Amino acid sequence: MRVSLSTLRILVLLGVFIATVLFFASQIDGYMNARLFNRISGSVAVIALIAVGQAFVVLTRNIDLSIGSVVGCTAYFTGGILMAWPDLPPVLVPVLAMAIGAAFGAFNGFLVARFRLPSIIVTLATLAIFRSILVQSSDGSSITTDRLPAWLTEFATMNAFTVGDLQVRWIVVISLLVVLTAHVFLTRFRAGRTFYAIGSNPDAAAFAGLNAARTIFLAFVISGALAGLAGFLFLSRFGNITVVAGLGLELKSVGAVVVGGVNIFGGSGNVLGVLIGAALIDLIDTSLVRWALVSEFWREAVLGLLILLAVAADTVLMRRLLRRKGGAA
Amino acid sequence: MTWMRSWEGFLFLVLVLIYALNAWTSPVFLTVGNQINMVQLSVEKIIVALVMTFVIINGEIDLSVASVMGLAACAFGWMVQAGVPGGWAIVIALGIGLACGAFNALFIVGFGIPSLVVTLATMIAFRGFARVLVEDRGISGFPDWFNALGQRGLVGPVPLAIIMFAVLAVLAFLILQRTAFGRKVYFIGANRAVAEYSGLDVRSVKIRIFIASGTVSALAGIMFAARVGAIRGDIAQGFELDIITMVLLGGVSIFGGAGTMSGTILAILIVLALRNGMALQNITGHIQTGVLGVLLILSVMVPIIRETGSRLLARVR
Repeated sequence: MRVSLSTLRILVLLGVFIATVLFFASQIDGYMNARLFNRISGSVAVIALIAVGQAFVVLTRNIDLSIGSVVGCTAYFTGGILMAWPDLPPVLVPVLAMAIGAAFGAFNGFLVARFRLPSIIVTLATLAIFRSILVQSSDGSSITTDRLPAWLTEFATMNAFTVGDLQVRWIVVISLLVVLTAHVFLTRFRAGRTFYAIGSNPDAAAFAGLNAARTIFLAFVISGALAGLAGFLFLSRFGNITVVAGLGLELKSVGAVVVGGVNIFGGSGNVLGVLIGAALIDLIDTSLVRWALVSEFWREAVLGLLILLAVAADTVLMRRLLRRKGGAA
Repeated sequence: MTWMRSWEGFLFLVLVLIYALNAWTSPVFLTVGNQINMVQLSVEKIIVALVMTFVIINGEIDLSVASVMGLAACAFGWMVQAGVPGGWAIVIALGIGLACGAFNALFIVGFGIPSLVVTLATMIAFRGFARVLVEDRGISGFPDWFNALGQRGLVGPVPLAIIMFAVLAVLAFLILQRTAFGRKVYFIGANRAVAEYSGLDVRSVKIRIFIASGTVSALAGIMFAARVGAIRGDIAQGFELDIITMVLLGGVSIFGGAGTMSGTILAILIVLALRNGMALQNITGHIQTGVLGVLLILSVMVPIIRETGSRLLARVR
């Protein structure tokens, strides 16, 4: 039986994920319980959304470092709008958040696609610009739970269904639906395959008549919109939004994307892998806090080394595979 | 008068303009005290910008510099607290910076992974190590001579920081524009493949540049610790934005191969004067950072602006 490379990668990731769970279970007393699942699934729901958006951008050979600030901004502005008009129909609110996020993404996309500026520089700049917009418009005051409509904060803990003690929240279901939709779109639709084509060989894609600028612009808009949706979930989960909301999420999302097996040079990768990558990173993050042997301050160091390890392993493996293919031909 | 038409000439005019504007809006701006203050308060960033010029002209980038600064400063503080004599702590902290640079070079040159990805990961990792060292504490109580070096004048009112910047700027200028090594940095950045086929030691040049970047960043981190007299885990966080903005605004191409040290130095002075002017107008740090972000985008658009400008000029003629 032959297994395709991307399936193999997902299987390996799943193996690593299970091994990590077993490892922490052997180290921490009472680790395997329903509370752990409920907590981790909730935060993975947020990170997975951002990571999927990031994956669209990375597939086209770009990167979006601004999404942490986009999450913060949309959470803040959505909260602000809800405080002003608390009677807004609930269905409209996530749509609004996505629209706000998409607008930020469109700004990035315009600069990168229209002027062909390097995305790393543009989004490093907008990371700072969006954050300062947030600081300026909030004027130091923050959104607090008690001034938001009650349905919003209840929504974060509302269960879609339960399996024994395991509670599957609505936010988890929404996030999974987004991941699956993105997966089907990227693998089964012509418009989805374009993202891969642009990223794996821009020249060939141009000769084939694909519009690179439009696709890259779209990738940033998608990334912004999903960050906006994540901002809505963030607002719902935490209620209190300060000017530092979403700080550092861009690094986690890049981590999830890279660990999830999306090639950082564009053109290959799988959104399901990204989901597992996000879950793995969050699992390690949450578990290190509870592991007595190692201080929780190792979190960042571990995340950085994990990204480096994933990229290095990927590069070395791909090179070896290519060489073997070349040798056979 | 050809220099007027060069990018450096334009930067010089902008600098004069900003100085005039600042002097007009604030009586304090042109005083010697404020001018010294202006450089001293940012000296850590600007000495790293000098090395970053080499890195970017060489066609690479180093996003980890601010984290190396933080790690070196935290390691220094941790060692002083553990009873290591200040002098030794400085040497070891510099060694850590060197090791960080070598670690980056190992992955970039050794495994052939783009510097963008490697230094993004080590930016997180090195910052993480700094946090592991000091957790959420702040450390102060450094030796008096150490704090004095960072805070008081060494020669009259001029502190060590400014002397060090002046010396390093001259050194960086000479190495980049007047030595064979400098020419290699340009050549490799302009076309790596051709440089390799011409038998240039591309790998050794890149390794040396990244090691220099790590070491100078560590030096900058230690100077930061001396100036503030205390350290925390988030020290120097986000400085890479300022540093890269200074270099790109100076006319260095993000794709490598072009730019000058005098451009970087002029851009450094522009950014300093701009920040100082905003601070004198009571504009908060977050907003200053936002303005820096706008400036960064404008500075990567420099080639486009120049092209459009010359096309317009040609049409007028």
